[in-house]
Amino acid sequence: MMHGFPIFPPSASTAAPRVDALFTGLMIMTVFFSALIFFAIAFFAIRYREGSKANRDNPRSESLPLELTWMIVPLCISFGFYFWASTLYTQMHVAPPGAVDVYVVGKQWMWKIQHQQGNREINELHVPLGRPVRLIMTSQDVIHSFFIPAFRIKQDVLPGRYSTEWFQATTPGEYHFFCAQFCGTSHASMIGRVIVMQPAEYERWLAGAAGGAPMATVGEGLFQQFGCASCHLANNSGRGPALAGVAGSTVELEGGGTVVADREYLRESILDPAAKVVRGYKPVMPVFRGQLSPDQVAQLIEYIRSLGGPRVAAKGGTP
Amino acid sequence: MSPHSITTHEHYLNAGYGPRSWLLTTDHKRIAILYMLSITFFFFVGGFFAFLMRLELLTPDGDLVSAETYNKLFSMHGITMVWFFLIPSIPSVLGNFLVPMMVGARDVAFPRLNLLSWYIYVVGGLFTLAAMIFGGVDTGWTFYTPFSSTYAHSNVIPVVIGIFILGFSSILTALNFIVTIHTMRAPGLTWFRLPLFIWAMYATSVILVLATPVLAITLAMLGVERIFGVGIFDPALGGDPLLFQHLFWFYSHPAVYIMILPAMGVVSELITCFARKKVFGYRFMAFSLLAIASVGFLVWGHHMFVSGQSAYAGMVFSALSFIVAIPSAVKVFNWAATLYKGSIAYHTPVLYGFGFIGLFTIGGLTGLFLASLALDVHVHDTYFVIAHFHYIMVGGAVMGYLGGIHYWWPKMTGRMYPEGWAKFAALVLFVGFNLTFFPQFILGYLGMPRRYHVYPPEFQVLNVLSTAGATILGIGYLIPFVYLIWSLRHGKNAGRNPWRATGLEWLTPSPPPVHNFDEIPVVTGEPYTYAGEEEQRE
Amino acid sequence: MSEERALVAHQFETAAQQRSAATLGMWVFLATEVLFFGGMLMAYTVYRVMDGAAFARASHAQNILLGGINTAVLLTSSLTMALGVHAAQEGRRRRSVLMLSATMVLGALFLGIKAVEYSQKFAEHLVPGVDFRYAGPDAGAAQIYFILYFLLTGFHAIHLTIGIGVLAVIAFSAARGRYTSAYSTPVEVAGLYWHFVDIVWIFLYPLIYLIQVYR
Repeated sequence: MMHGFPIFPPSASTAAPRVDALFTGLMIMTVFFSALIFFAIAFFAIRYREGSKANRDNPRSESLPLELTWMIVPLCISFGFYFWASTLYTQMHVAPPGAVDVYVVGKQWMWKIQHQQGNREINELHVPLGRPVRLIMTSQDVIHSFFIPAFRIKQDVLPGRYSTEWFQATTPGEYHFFCAQFCGTSHASMIGRVIVMQPAEYERWLAGAAGGAPMATVGEGLFQQFGCASCHLANNSGRGPALAGVAGSTVELEGGGTVVADREYLRESILDPAAKVVRGYKPVMPVFRGQLSPDQVAQLIEYIRSLGGPRVAAKGGTP
Repeated sequence: MSPHSITTHEHYLNAGYGPRSWLLTTDHKRIAILYMLSITFFFFVGGFFAFLMRLELLTPDGDLVSAETYNKLFSMHGITMVWFFLIPSIPSVLGNFLVPMMVGARDVAFPRLNLLSWYIYVVGGLFTLAAMIFGGVDTGWTFYTPFSSTYAHSNVIPVVIGIFILGFSSILTALNFIVTIHTMRAPGLTWFRLPLFIWAMYATSVILVLATPVLAITLAMLGVERIFGVGIFDPALGGDPLLFQHLFWFYSHPAVYIMILPAMGVVSELITCFARKKVFGYRFMAFSLLAIASVGFLVWGHHMFVSGQSAYAGMVFSALSFIVAIPSAVKVFNWAATLYKGSIAYHTPVLYGFGFIGLFTIGGLTGLFLASLALDVHVHDTYFVIAHFHYIMVGGAVMGYLGGIHYWWPKMTGRMYPEGWAKFAALVLFVGFNLTFFPQFILGYLGMPRRYHVYPPEFQVLNVLSTAGATILGIGYLIPFVYLIWSLRHGKNAGRNPWRATGLEWLTPSPPPVHNFDEIPVVTGEPYTYAGEEEQRE
Repeated sequence: MSEERALVAHQFETAAQQRSAATLGMWVFLATEVLFFGGMLMAYTVYRVMDGAAFARASHAQNILLGGINTAVLLTSSLTMALGVHAAQEGRRRRSVLMLSATMVLGALFLGIKAVEYSQKFAEHLVPGVDFRYAGPDAGAAQIYFILYFLLTGFHAIHLTIGIGVLAVIAFSAARGRYTSAYSTPVEVAGLYWHFVDIVWIFLYPLIYLIQVYR
């Protein structure tokens, strides 16, 4: 890295050097072609300036071979970069198995973070070094975006659904995160820091700071408090299906079709139950939109997941 | 020295004086001047907003204006510059003046609709300006929902109405150009004998006609959502905020081609005239304009790579975005090849042309950074994007506009501008521009997000450089403003064709008579027949 | 018979050029209208795909009979419009005025029936943002259906009203003998516009009314 006048942010994730390599590659290509054009124009403008004695016999005004060359060569170079960038993107897009899940809720103008173990933070995100961390994010109001320059990742955070991004930190330290989608008056203040800790230190932090019961435990409490247990009986004889083993499984729906019971499905089923009804059941579940905060929804989801099930990483889903 | 009255012939400027002769004119040349005055006004309004922003950004803290005011400033800067300056600039000023003359016609197909388009522009512009002054709008020029539909407390509805109204002005201008170019070409003027400026106006007009209505209906639905709260874009009511983004960008990406294609048309005229040479690869140049216009409708999703759009959609849009760059590259290579074995004179218009080619090349190539999925994840919504589009809009389109203004100034006014001052201003603009926007590429990659009025202190040095550049840039724009006005009274008499250019517009006296041609010319050859000075067209 | 000459505006060289310019101009304008309604139809398509069942159930509130009658009315008005254009091209003054007037009457009839439908929606509390009561968990999607219904048919009705106004002016000119075999361009161009408004309705009717006719 250049000290004194950096042009790269800190490189603190597994993705960062790879994104920087792509950037450098594009930069070299850009400098090359820009210089080529600049010099060609400067050279011609000087050599063929009015009154100069250069040879101007037989000026051409068309050449099919030349046109094809300067269409096909840029096209090939473009596709080289396209495949490089798309491949890197697909690798950056889906978290590897075994990732630590952290819930993030954005609201005007702060970030609320909830770890599965129960730790809560505001505008700070403690993460362990060397393990993949997946952020499961939603917004309570407008579209935000969670941007960590040092990790080279960014993902819009939407109201009404989950979006995810993941990273694996490679260097301990503190790094900026920013809201990167304009969201109103204090958009520029909706920032914070990611704190990357050595694994042992992270475990100590989880056990100690701003604790609280694990999300699944709190979720179990909510499951009783809001009456879910009265319909979702464990022996499948209630008005709602039993939930043990559901998380990540394939569910058959009323009216045909199936869906993978990922986090997004669980979220929707709590907030908007009539959207997808399980086959054999009636759409009698009350709507909980407006009654549960995003934090509480996440806690319920963690509880349901704790009841077991195939944790299949669905394409595009939020398992 | 130069006489105050330049010529004794009757022309479009002295054929009738007084407000009524201007405000009720149907002469395309007068309408072009009316547009020129209006867009210049909005350019300085939008520039003023930008200057206040750059002043705020001198320091990391928000000490000049409040957050809310800053948010309004960048929103109003974008809205003013995009809709009230860039989109109309070359088409409504240079296009209106030149399209009929370049095709050998006496006026556009629908002169009264032309005047109506200017009135609609003024009404839309004043309406939006009033909304901006009395309260402002703070959603960004992109109006993303649900913020703009449900949460914003600013004058969203009046601004959206103003832009909706303005859309009709764009549509009428474009409709006029399409019909004029199709049906009113002079005898012998086949499609492949048209100047490339006409091809550029044609391609731009097709985009204007097809894209603007989508903006209109999107803004209408946004307005309905904001007033009635029915859920079209609000997820709390079952709507999809991404639908807004798709509809908005379906217009707004082609809109950027509306802003650049006309400048490309100008540059082709400048390079050929001042290299005294036929353009290299005429057909490829013409078809590349059409290719940019059509493929440009297929890439809008590249603004939404991190929006929650599916990864598969992202990959399709990324591929198409790389493809749309190719015809632009073809144009840059052809312009360079046109200079080969030419005879190049360094007058101000072509200096702007060279500036365009250089800065457009950088701006366009940085577009490939943004088209690259993995990289866009990092630089989306940062200053990298701002630098990219300002290289193209300001380094490209505005330089093209200024180059065209200088080139056709003698034709429009009968006067020459002062060449020394003009070259000086072009240099000041080039330096100021690069100092303003090059640091922003670095700021963006370092991670400074857009639309931030406060930032971490480590970003300050680059911001200071950028503001210094903006100051120079602002001074640079004032210089032509002053000397062009000065030249109206004191500029040298230009004569019919001071550049010894080809093109039907140069056959007429300067300024041209109201009906352009005494007799409609008959065209017998290709454009840009500069081969050998002794073979000049007379 | 006296010579019938077209009035050629100063920017055109010949009457033929003027006529092809006017016609092309109207076609270009209609292209913008296709994209305008297309944007709304895109929104409609997205939401209908997202929740087709809700849209189907909401569409039961539509009056298929009135909508069907309106379709017949508009199709007939396109017939009278075409006959009016033909009459104008032949210089048949009375017949062209008659056909243009018939077209306007049918257009007004369409608007009247539309007004009846709208007032029914108000009576049944199906006007989003103003008075909307809809039972069922799919009320959100239904509300989107109804706002799009009002937007689509509302903008269509505005275009139809403008068309009637244009035809009034044209009919007035026709009554004064303006259109002859040498010059009937305004009638032809107005005809293009009218047919377009008709075609938009041909799309709207099945999409909005006929989602689930048999239930």
